Amino acid sequence: MWRDTALVAGKDLRIELRSRVVMHQVVPVAVMVLVLFAFALGPDRAPMARAAPGLFWVAVLFASVLAVQRSFALEAPDGARDGLRLSGLDPAGVFLGKTAAVAVQMVVLEVVLTAGVVVLYGSHIRSYGSIVVAGLAGTAGLAAAGTLYGALAAGLRVRETLLPFLFLPVAAPVLLAGTRAWQAALGIGSGSAGDPWVRLLLVFAAVYLALGVVIFGPLQEAS
Amino acid sequence: MSPADPAVAPWSPRATWVVRGLGIAAAVALAATIWLGLWVTPPDQVQHNLVRLVYIHPPIAWVALYLAFGVAAASSVLWLWPRTRSRFWDRLAVSAVEVGIVFTALTLVTGSIWGRPTWGVWWAWDARLTSTALLLVLLLGYMAVRRVPADPDSRARRSAVVALVAAVDVPIVHFSVDWWHTLHQGATVLNANLSPTIHGSMAWTLLLGFVAFTLLFAWMLAIRYRVEVLSEHLQDSELDVALHERWAEGTAPVPGPDGALAGSGRPA
Repeated sequence: MWRDTALVAGKDLRIELRSRVVMHQVVPVAVMVLVLFAFALGPDRAPMARAAPGLFWVAVLFASVLAVQRSFALEAPDGARDGLRLSGLDPAGVFLGKTAAVAVQMVVLEVVLTAGVVVLYGSHIRSYGSIVVAGLAGTAGLAAAGTLYGALAAGLRVRETLLPFLFLPVAAPVLLAGTRAWQAALGIGSGSAGDPWVRLLLVFAAVYLALGVVIFGPLQEAS
Repeated sequence: MSPADPAVAPWSPRATWVVRGLGIAAAVALAATIWLGLWVTPPDQVQHNLVRLVYIHPPIAWVALYLAFGVAAASSVLWLWPRTRSRFWDRLAVSAVEVGIVFTALTLVTGSIWGRPTWGVWWAWDARLTSTALLLVLLLGYMAVRRVPADPDSRARRSAVVALVAAVDVPIVHFSVDWWHTLHQGATVLNANLSPTIHGSMAWTLLLGFVAFTLLFAWMLAIRYRVEVLSEHLQDSELDVALHERWAEGTAPVPGPDGALAGSGRPA
């Protein structure tokens, strides 16, 4: 299973390295979202700095929809999806590999966005440790749930509209918990501890990774 | 073939009587709840006549959040489990979700009607309200997947996965929204209002409300299941009819668009 994971993740990441679609299209869109939020909230820095954690996670959420769509668009042409299914790779490995590839791209995107939040909104990071842990846990959860729904919508004519409709409500707890964890790390709001929220993000990631490992096999047969 | 064709009846004659009895029982229980709730029970000291919503809002919420979602999740798992896989579980799941959508929407509507006079707003970012609204969107997502044209097996598989992914999300949504809210404000008005100590006729009426809406749910579930069987059958028979029409076109000479007789070359 782990070998298959590495194979699939390596394949997706190599395609990304050569095509640079996420790097050159999705990352700029996410940064643009930060700029648009700044337009919406006005030139004052105070409301922007206060809303920064939430805006960061909203941008991440929208970007993750695009990253998942890209991840499954890779396999749309030339019957590549059937090829992958017939390759004899462990479905759990395929799931983990695609999830890992999406997660790696999202982490790169989040580093850029974090820099953007610091520069554009003037946020000060108080605790780097919890930012990193919350970011990684949230990303793993988003990538796992997104990959599950991406596989479900892949090959359908309505996939572009179906994926966000299914994925965004399921991902709502990540937005909530990620925002709270970041608020604690940036020292915004009531100063409540971020730890329970980081734990919630970890639980979310664990649940969807486990569910994906179990359910990806039957799901692949559906299309 | 008409939908009333006995060959496509989804259940035995005895079961038909059971479902009919269920419907009558639900109607009687609902009528009794309305009578007790509107005329027999006294108005509340604080909420006056508004308190009468307590006889319908919690029972509707119980049906929506526990019964409907529980049946949908359980039957989806049973469909996915190869040993218990049968069309029955798929039909039951879609029936439960669709009836559940009606009850979830009613939960939000009755809650909103109650919230306006007691809290002064139609909508509050209360923990329960928020998670119920998210649940409604998850259920609508299930129906959206259901609408995508596919062969019955793929569709059942896809919808079962959606139901399962949504079901594991429900506790997470519940806890996150709960914490989100409690970190925000503290104890809610809703909780204070929902757990008043009630006595006598009010308690009995509330209990009857739960029974009535549970019966109504069971009856609607059975009827919706029947609709699912009939619509599957209709789709199959429409295909047969279309096939026969095409064949008939091939054998009988049919006037073409220009008035000339078309060829009668039915493939052997």
